[in-house]
Amino acid sequence: MGIEGIGARVARKEDKRFITGKGRYTDDMVVPGMKHAAFVRSPHAHATIKGIDTAAAASMPGVIAVLTGDELANDGIGSLICGWMIHSKDGSPMNMGDWRPLAQSKVRYVGDAVAIVVADTKGQARDAAEAVNVTYEELPAVTEAVDALKDGAPLIHDNAPGNLIYDWEIGDGAAADAAIASAAHVTRMQIVNNRLVPNAMEPRATLGVYDEAEDHYTCWTTSQNPHVARLVMSAFYSVAPENKLRVIAPDVGGGFGSKIYIYPEEIVCLWASKKSGVPVKWVADRTESFLTDAHGRDHVTTVELAFDANNRMTGLKVDTIANLGAYMSLFSSSVPTYLYATLLSGQYTIPAIHCNVRTVYTNTAPVDAYRGAGRPEATYLLERTVETAARELGVSPAELRRTNFIREFPYQTPVIMNYDAGDYEASLDAAMAAADWSGFAARKAEAESRGKKRGIGMSCYIEACGIAPSQAVGSLGAGVGLWESAEVRVNAVGTVEILTGSHSHGQGHETTFAQLVADRFGVPIDSVSVVHGDTDKVQMGMGTYGSRSGAVGMSAIVKALDKVEVKAKAIAAHLLEADESDIVIENGQVKVAGTDKALGWHEVALNAYTAHNLPAGMEPGLKEGAFYDPSNFTFPAGCYVCEVEVDPDTGKTEIVQFVAADDFGNIINPMIVEGQVHGGIGQGIGQALLEGTAYDRETGQLLTASYMDYTMPRADDVPSYQVSHTVTACPSNPLGIKGCGEAGAIGSPPAVMNAITDAIGNNNLTMPATPQKVWAAMRA
Amino acid sequence: MSKVELTVNGRAVSAEVEDRTLLSQFLRETLNMTGTHVGCDTSQCGACVVHVDGKAVKSCTMLAAQASGSEVTTIEGLAAGGALHPVQAAFKEHHGLQCGFCTPGMIMSAVDMINRYGGKLDEKTVRAELEGNICRCTGYHNIVKSILAAAEEMSGAAKVAAE
Amino acid sequence: MYETTYHRAGSVEEAVKLMGEADGGKFVAGGQTLIPTMKQRLAAPDSLIDLRHIADLKGISVDGANVRIGAGTTHYDVANSADLKAVCPGLCSLASHIGDPQVRHMGTIGGSISNNDPAADYPSAMLALGATIHTSKRDIAADDFFTGMFETALDEDEIVTAVSFTAPDACAYSKFPNPASRYAMAGVFVAKGGNGVRVGVTGAGNDGVYRWSDAEAALSSDFSAGALDGLSVDAGDMMEDLHGTADYRANLVKVMAKRAVASAG
Repeated sequence: MGIEGIGARVARKEDKRFITGKGRYTDDMVVPGMKHAAFVRSPHAHATIKGIDTAAAASMPGVIAVLTGDELANDGIGSLICGWMIHSKDGSPMNMGDWRPLAQSKVRYVGDAVAIVVADTKGQARDAAEAVNVTYEELPAVTEAVDALKDGAPLIHDNAPGNLIYDWEIGDGAAADAAIASAAHVTRMQIVNNRLVPNAMEPRATLGVYDEAEDHYTCWTTSQNPHVARLVMSAFYSVAPENKLRVIAPDVGGGFGSKIYIYPEEIVCLWASKKSGVPVKWVADRTESFLTDAHGRDHVTTVELAFDANNRMTGLKVDTIANLGAYMSLFSSSVPTYLYATLLSGQYTIPAIHCNVRTVYTNTAPVDAYRGAGRPEATYLLERTVETAARELGVSPAELRRTNFIREFPYQTPVIMNYDAGDYEASLDAAMAAADWSGFAARKAEAESRGKKRGIGMSCYIEACGIAPSQAVGSLGAGVGLWESAEVRVNAVGTVEILTGSHSHGQGHETTFAQLVADRFGVPIDSVSVVHGDTDKVQMGMGTYGSRSGAVGMSAIVKALDKVEVKAKAIAAHLLEADESDIVIENGQVKVAGTDKALGWHEVALNAYTAHNLPAGMEPGLKEGAFYDPSNFTFPAGCYVCEVEVDPDTGKTEIVQFVAADDFGNIINPMIVEGQVHGGIGQGIGQALLEGTAYDRETGQLLTASYMDYTMPRADDVPSYQVSHTVTACPSNPLGIKGCGEAGAIGSPPAVMNAITDAIGNNNLTMPATPQKVWAAMRA
Repeated sequence: MSKVELTVNGRAVSAEVEDRTLLSQFLRETLNMTGTHVGCDTSQCGACVVHVDGKAVKSCTMLAAQASGSEVTTIEGLAAGGALHPVQAAFKEHHGLQCGFCTPGMIMSAVDMINRYGGKLDEKTVRAELEGNICRCTGYHNIVKSILAAAEEMSGAAKVAAE
Repeated sequence: MYETTYHRAGSVEEAVKLMGEADGGKFVAGGQTLIPTMKQRLAAPDSLIDLRHIADLKGISVDGANVRIGAGTTHYDVANSADLKAVCPGLCSLASHIGDPQVRHMGTIGGSISNNDPAADYPSAMLALGATIHTSKRDIAADDFFTGMFETALDEDEIVTAVSFTAPDACAYSKFPNPASRYAMAGVFVAKGGNGVRVGVTGAGNDGVYRWSDAEAALSSDFSAGALDGLSVDAGDMMEDLHGTADYRANLVKVMAKRAVASAG
């Protein structure tokens, strides 16, 4: 592998700027003449707008412009869209309600943007935003998806009767019913997957700059996918044609899904820059982020899992109601369908599966993909149910899982997915060994002597990553292709630039991607630069989410490296008067195999550019591009074990041990992969123990709108994690990698909840398992 | 308006600013030192931690005017003469950061913590002492590891001057 | 934050004078509650009078069992005072768990008790220690000082200058923090000394900090955690919010009280 190649634990190249305070985030950008924006936001969850009076605000100190939705509409700026079409089971298309970047006639959640104020300073913009006088007529609000479906619930969008967006199904309902009817045992549960706020530490921000002389726009933004932002703002929102719109996502302080989407603020700030004649910067404060960032999860589900007399799973039936909030965010429709129900087979052979999903509008922030996106919901549902079944059947949780593991690959599930490789028993064994499962009884007894209730729980997850084969997702309703692009530029002195459509906001691409080049050509990673996040520099890309930058983004780089390698070898063969098939590249040398004839890598590069002596007909230069479109999803899987101690007097849970055994296929940089797992587990523990988004059911006010009320995991809430890997290589991509970004957040919540319910002996417990809830459950 | 005079990373600075200007805002917007970040409104995330007169404080919870007359050290002033501070070096070596946004505050808090505890830090203490710093990327595992490694490094050698 | 006018006072007298000249001013000490409140635009004082640079307000003096703590003393300095730890370790421990390290470097005892947040830690200790609150105008017994949530006996232009008390024979504080804010959901300070046994409870009561008289009576005859077993806390007197029902808080008060007694020994 070489000391910096594939598999090497290389420290990150990008770290120096971050640890010295020299990172460059959107809010760090300053351009001449820049002014500051504040948004006027709805204080009501549901209201009609009777009038907007901007006169007082416009005359306040420092105010440059106060702009409203009517002016935005007059300028032809389009409505926000959801880019994935889902059809209901009756064939009708989903009911997408109109989402204006600035509301005109109606507001539908607390935080809905109504107007923008541009002023000399942030403080002045906020002062003036408070002075914009909006006359509202309040309407009744509904915040829970189950309530929104009830007769007489407030209607949020006129074109979505009953607040229903779609009523979709997958699988064979009759077969699942038959399996349940003839089962030896059926486990039935009601499962709630709690709503989460992603909370990337960098709040969303944008800087819109209109250049009148060039009729050109530049948008700095906190985005995971600047090219998608440009595409959507150009093609659907009519902000500017693509060639007149540059989108730059510089250093971005975490995303976790919440920065995939194009929000009203980017659109409005670009437009406001043209209207007001000044560059316009907006930076969310944390409460604004809580109110308006796309939230995650929020499912209510009933499940039935059928077993035969040998404890083999025979059928699974799932009925889910998913809350999508007040508007359909960019990929919201796909999350509770193709990213969720297609994973309901888990790691198990289940002959019959059926899932029905109803998605619903409510007067809450839009809900979209958040780390894991659908797969945590599927895993939580299945792994809580399997654990419960083991308790009901009186078999060990590991035994019940082993009985039902898929063991032959490829395996076609009843819900679309075709698993290509895996060894679920290997990760189960690894996790149980690392956790010293067999020693648990003694540890429990010891805890008992200290007055603590100790419990253990496991979770065997599978996810689908590397999203996704373009043709397949197109047939399922996606509005875009989900390939990735890359360009490898070898400079005349042999240094290398990789231009990628992936975007790094913490994932360490500048290091990992450089390792691919080091591995291939034997050049040091310091001579490799990774360029990303700027639509003027990188031609096209689909961005980073769904653990796709490895499996898809790096595969595109590999394809481009293949082309560079072919050309470099052809040049070397010509210069060394050898056959191309005899040329090998090792340790920065391009050699004739088995001889001492060699050129330095830099010499080949230089020859490509001097072009004094190239093979006949060869173009000068050494630069190749590639698009990689995956042929399948990838299927990371693993087993997590959590051990807890509960304080019976207070209900407080302490996680005393957390073990992860993941199969991510081949690994480029183990240090970075472990870091991804740690972070995912931290968020999963957050979901299980701490984080619960609460709206007031009557007024629709967000009750958890700051860190005073929304519990973020802190260092003393979590343990150190024991992370290990088993490997089955992914057969569908050249590097054999599966993706690791989301596994931690997917696998951990059910392990935690299985452990707590084991400790307290009451299975009736919802996330987050706060001390109060656990204490109450112990007394129920 | 108030005249604010500070010594920031050893350099005397002064400026007239609105009285409501926070120290974090003064550093970022008036001095254009953007290494100090702001991640919340309620004094909890700690991305804005700097040292004022040698003590870690949240620069988003102090007016620049309150700090006037003080010595301030920010993340930009930690690496003396280009050599990384041991805490900075440990964060890099142990992958104690991902997106980098919380990192300046984490490092400034860690330096303060190590100064207060010397080499007598253990995992439990580090986790408790990080109460005022929130990270969403790392699950804290490698942050804790980095701080423990730096503490050992700093107490092992003759104590490196923190600032 | 709304615009305000900043004043730095060099003495208590100057601070009082500045307040008299202001139209809706506020004193700011460490500012760890006031500044966030102003940032949220929930407070809009036209003037801020900074007490942090008044040297007379700082410092801890311990003379035998007599303790005096200047109002401007930070939580960090209270937590780490060796003199105080020798006679009243419970108060040091309390201070070491207020907020987070950065907040402890700025926040002051005077600011905390003047604000009397119903979930703040110090007020419970002041009650349990039978402390005297010294102000720019007078001395007030802690029992008379805290008058309700965010309410004290202080006049608008009155500044807490110090607190004093006689160190108890034994004391301890036990807190169950709100998982999100880390303020007390229930914090109980127990002290046993010349004043008998006193128990101060914060974070839980629906009218702010209070003394739990039943516990005081039970502990006076038997200073052991077990003495509280038979007691119950009336949930009707408890706060209730997203993080804790009244029942849960009532339970926490008792559990924290028992733990405080156990660690006070």
